[in-house]
Parts: sequence; C-alpha cells; structure tokens
Amino acid sequence: MDSKISISDLDFFYGKVQALHGISLEIPEREVIAFIGPSGCGKSTFLRTLNRMNDTIPTASVKGTVLIDGANIYAPGTDVAALRRKVGMVFQKSNPFPKSIFDNVAYGIRINQIHNGKSDLSDRVETALRDSALWDEVKDRLNASAFGLSGGQQQRLCIARALAVQPEVILMDEPASALDPIATQKIEELVVELKSEYTIVIVTHNMQQAARVSDRTAFFMLGKLVEFNPTQKMFQNPDEKMTEDYITGRFG
Amino acid sequence: MERRIIDQQLDILRDKILLLGGATEAAVQRGMQSLVERDSELARQVLEEDEVIDQMELEIDRLTIEILALQQPAAHDLRFVISVSKITPILERIADHAGSIADAALVLNNEPPIREKYVDFPIMAQTAADMLRSALDAFTNEDAALSREIIERDQIIDDAYRRIFGELLEMMIDDPSLTTGAAHLLFVAKHLERIGDYVKDICELNVYLREAAFIKHTMFR
Repeated sequence: MDSKISISDLDFFYGKVQALHGISLEIPEREVIAFIGPSGCGKSTFLRTLNRMNDTIPTASVKGTVLIDGANIYAPGTDVAALRRKVGMVFQKSNPFPKSIFDNVAYGIRINQIHNGKSDLSDRVETALRDSALWDEVKDRLNASAFGLSGGQQQRLCIARALAVQPEVILMDEPASALDPIATQKIEELVVELKSEYTIVIVTHNMQQAARVSDRTAFFMLGKLVEFNPTQKMFQNPDEKMTEDYITGRFG
Repeated sequence: MERRIIDQQLDILRDKILLLGGATEAAVQRGMQSLVERDSELARQVLEEDEVIDQMELEIDRLTIEILALQQPAAHDLRFVISVSKITPILERIADHAGSIADAALVLNNEPPIREKYVDFPIMAQTAADMLRSALDAFTNEDAALSREIIERDQIIDDAYRRIFGELLEMMIDDPSLTTGAAHLLFVAKHLERIGDYVKDICELNVYLREAAFIKHTMFR
C-alpha cells in the first residue's frame, strides 16, 4: 500500500490538555478514509493536524510526525500556505466568500497565480465547478452572489473552491451534516467520484455515511485510535469490542 | 449496558427461530415415528402442522426485512439477522422433508410391514435427528467448533444411505411383492439424506455467525 499520508506517534495538546494520544496511521492514496467516533473523541482535531489548521490556535502544540509524500509537514520552514493548497479542507458549515460564484472559485487561482490569463482562469473555474457537480446548476449565473445558492450548492461551491487550487488531498469535516438527505446524497456521490483523482479524509458522525462512501474507517475514542480497518470489515466484523459497541449503538 | 431499540426486535427474532427449530425437530421426529410405529393418524398430524411451520417462516421473513430496513444492524447484529434469514428457509425445507416422510408412512402403513433386518435405517434416522438438535444448540450458543463437528457427522448419513440403497434394491429383486414398500422406503432414505445436507448448511451459517467466515463450498473448514 502506497501511503499518501503517514502519521507516527502523534500527540496533540490544547495548552496542557492532551487531545490526541500516540496516533499512528497510514492513509493510502486515492481512497476515502472515514474518521468516526463519539463527540469529543478527537477526530476533527486529528483531521486539522493533517494540514496544520490547528496552527491558528495559539495554545496548540504537536509532537510526532505527519509525512505527506514522505515530507514531514511539521518540519521547520514548511510552506504552510502551499500545504493548505495541496491538502484542502471543507467544513461542516459551508463558508462561501461574500462574492460571486465565479469569484469564489477564482479567488484561490488568482492569488496563487495558477492560471495563464483570463480565458485559462475561466476554464479552470468551469473545470472545478464541473468536478464538484455544480456547473449545470450555476453556469448561467456565475456572476450571482454565492449566498443565493442553497445549502447543498454552497457546500459543493466550497468543494469547487478547494479543487480549483489543484489539491492532492481533500479533508472534509462533517461536510453533509447540515444538509437535507438529497443534498447529502449528492455530496456522497461526489466524494465517491472524486476519489479517482484525490485522497479524501472525511470526518462523520453518521455511521451509515461512513459505511456508504469510505474504503477504510478509523474509529477514535478519547483521543486514541482504537481501530483502523477496511470499511467492509469494520461494519461486518470489527476486531475490537469497543468498535463493535460503538457502531451497534451500545454507546455513543 | 443499556438496551437499544434493536435489542427487543433481535430477542423476538431469536425466540421465533428457536420456536421454528423446535417445530422442525418435532416434525422430523414425529414423521419417522409415524413410519416406524405405523401410525397414520400421527402422519396426518405432521402434515397439518407443516402449515404452521410455513406461517412461522413468513413471520420471520417479515421481521428480518423490517430489522434490516429500519435498524441498519451492523457487525454481530447484522450477522445474526443474515444467519436467521438464511437458516429459516432451510428449517422449512427440512420440515417439508419430514412431511414427505409422513406421506410415505401413509402409503407404507397400508402395505405389509418390511421386516426390520436392516440396521442402517434407524442409524440414519437417529443421526439426522441428533444432528438437527445439535445444530440448533450450536446456533443458540454460537458454537463454531460443535458446528464443524456436526458437519463431519453427515458422512455417517451418506454412508448409511448408500448401504440402504443397495439393500432395498436387493430386496426388490428378491421379492417383487415388496417393491411398492421398498420404493417408498428408498424415498424416505433420500429425504433423511437431504435432511443431513440441510443440517450441514445450518452449521456453516453458525460458523459465519460466530466467526464472520464463509465456509460453504470450501474444502477448508
């Protein structure tokens, strides 16, 4: 298995409080990995360590290593902006910029100067919107405000925005939990399509979602990794009793 | 640990399949009894009771589908529901074979009795009944080791069937007046042999329930 991301003995602290304990995990390339576990188990904290989003928290500190394509992202001198382009993120509550649909997607392309001229920029915006299954719904109103979109559409716009800067990994923190079932289904279908190009890590509290979309599932509890296995094994015959108790609703 | 909504449904499902198992065991035992003791009234009862067994199968079908649709069971719960849904039609077919044995009894009880010089018939019948009882115990206790041992025991039935087949053919050749009776007994032997095969299927599902391993159609058990 080629690991896209290798995490070794990762500890994470909010000040003196240890939120993650000795996490070690290999995330293969171009698969969907689901992180599940009860509220407060550390799954979102762990997700954010993968593109150093926790750097924005003043009291946060990290020990251990996170290698992406063999390079330790916590090494001094790491270009964090470049890291966050390579490892994009989509949040539970969609957060489009107060701009047009076009400019939301174009923003990252422009500031990173990825494009060659106006026509190339338009092409890249269209590609990102097509790849996030939003193009057909917005192609005739690209200059309209992003706030005019529905919740599900805004979330797909945020995915397009992340795709526009050509990431290799996409992190999703409960991307569908604020969406209705139809919008959720569209996000899930999109995730399954995207994995042919990208490595995707998705935090979800919806176990059926993890079962539907992911190739492998990691179960966290109290800041520790309890089990990491192919999803079809996790939901049919997990190794750990704690995992079985969680996924069968014996606690949660 | 707190009881979940699904626990009540799983308990009901467990009760229903154990009842079905008991009814099936009784059908096999009483079907053979109606033959050996030449009791046609008992044979008729076995045939009537088969309808009750059919209804039990339908109830279990409905409940397993409801649990799958509404509760999304996972892991052991899922394996339990799947095992029950696969074991149920097997038990119903075993009961059908018991009914066919009772049918044969109704015919044979009007024929001259065939002298019991053949030891293999009782062996077959007793082994099949014991295997079924043990398989149901193994299901209740999720005993994979016992289930594997029961699978091996089916060889006894298969060997006895081969011997009976030869003996009954000889009988028909030696005394053509016994042909009707012997032919029906051949079918009874076949029904018992099929019951043995079905019990093996139940044991394979018991292993799946306990170990999440499919041992059906494999050499390596």
